[in-house]
Amino acid sequence: MTEVSGPRNAADTMAVAPRLANLLGKLKTEHLIYAASIIGMVVLWHVVATTFFKPQFFPGPLAVLATGTEMVASGELFEHVSISLQRILLGFLIGSAVAAPAGLVMGSVPVVRAIFDPYAQFFRFVPSLAWLTPVVIWFGIGETSKVLIIVYTTVFIVLINTMVGVSHIAENKLRAAACLGATPFKSFLHVTLPATLPFILTGMRLAMGNSFATVVAAEMIAADSGLGFLIFNSRLWMATDKIFIGIVCLGTLGLITDRFFRYLVVRFAHQYGPIE
Amino acid sequence: MAQDFLVARDVSYRYAARRGVQAPEVLSNFEVALTEGEFFCLLGPSGCGKTTVLNLMAGFLPPTSGTITLAGQPIVGPGIDRTVVFQSDDALFTWLRTIDNVAFGLRMRGLPAERRHAIAREYLHLVHLDGQENKYPNELSGGMKQRVQIARVLATDPKILLMDEPFGALDAQTRSRLQDELVEIWRKTNKTIVFITHDIAEAILLADRIGVMTKGPGSRLGVIIPVDLPRPRRRGHPGFGEMWEHLNAIIEGEEGDET
Repeated sequence: MTEVSGPRNAADTMAVAPRLANLLGKLKTEHLIYAASIIGMVVLWHVVATTFFKPQFFPGPLAVLATGTEMVASGELFEHVSISLQRILLGFLIGSAVAAPAGLVMGSVPVVRAIFDPYAQFFRFVPSLAWLTPVVIWFGIGETSKVLIIVYTTVFIVLINTMVGVSHIAENKLRAAACLGATPFKSFLHVTLPATLPFILTGMRLAMGNSFATVVAAEMIAADSGLGFLIFNSRLWMATDKIFIGIVCLGTLGLITDRFFRYLVVRFAHQYGPIE
Repeated sequence: MAQDFLVARDVSYRYAARRGVQAPEVLSNFEVALTEGEFFCLLGPSGCGKTTVLNLMAGFLPPTSGTITLAGQPIVGPGIDRTVVFQSDDALFTWLRTIDNVAFGLRMRGLPAERRHAIAREYLHLVHLDGQENKYPNELSGGMKQRVQIARVLATDPKILLMDEPFGALDAQTRSRLQDELVEIWRKTNKTIVFITHDIAEAILLADRIGVMTKGPGSRLGVIIPVDLPRPRRRGHPGFGEMWEHLNAIIEGEEGDET
């Protein structure tokens, strides 16, 4: 077995080695600065926390790491993270799926825009948390309410961005399509939609950030699980280390989801000219 | 004499009134009659409404009064018998590869991918873009983008090409090459071409007839000058300089009215 796979592995390694070296070469400057910056911040955190504060007021990175390890081992952290992430993603995806088509239609059809624009402009200034109590009364304390709150947060950001995208389409593109035989519907499908995609994706990225903010607030007020609940509940026990775990998790999760989203965009939608 | 093909009769155009104040007429009593297969250049000072004429012919705008007909049929909107090459390359679909840009009109007609790509490849060959079919517009030079636009409108086999200063934004070298190639394409395809330009030399190099517009507002077609210089034309050829002087005098006379 080893004899058969040996040479193949060697060949693979030979092919991989130069690519790896190349990658390391690219990594050198930018990514080293990246890593140094993160390490520097953790060191600063440690120094400030241990020098000027009592651990229960401002726990250092080592204390947080210790508590974090315990919470990972007990499965508590995974539970909070997964439920928050589920609420965010579900609400974010439903919200985007509703808002992007609605924004496309509102941007393209003046009558539809005239009907719905006042509501879009009105409700986008009403924060989703203002709706928390009515939503809980109408839909109960369960997951539906929390997901709906995220949907609400996502909808207006994606909607407004999509409408802006439609208004930014070069008129020449629509005219070109018309004289090449596109009916209004085909023009919508083959020009308006792809030309607006970068704006939709940008709106989604922004909405993702707001979804993180909203889920925490919603979980603080009406939940018994999730990172927001973890942060708010730990306050009662003066468990600042757990609060910091929540904060670190939120930042890391946000960063990872954003990177993943950007990866998907670059991988599958680069030709639509996404805005970086 | 060949039959009239694209005919504009007593065409006026003005933008919609604003706050009850009537906008001045861009065009008034614009008249022209093109014959099938001719290369017609519309020449005139900037701001005289050349692009408006083209937009009316394309059907993007309705005339305020008067009619435009193509082979006897009134023009009421955009149609695949009159396709437009725009001055700006923002008319290209940046998310589509070159070949899919060229095949766009065929796709709208419902042709299967294989057929439309085969046809698109022929037209890419005609505009000397072999091997560029998988590139996106943003990966092409300015001259290449205009070639894609030309291939794209030809692929739908229109009766008329409407070209709005298509080489206006290109460098002199590229412009000169594309002018030669356009004449070559015109000869191969026998299309009728309406070509807008404010460049006198370009008009002389390309046109069978040059229509000079009067200055706006309320401009119309002033004189029509036939160009009977032998093709291929070069700037140094006998007769070119005289014709340039003649046209320049007409346009300066137009602009001179201002002062």
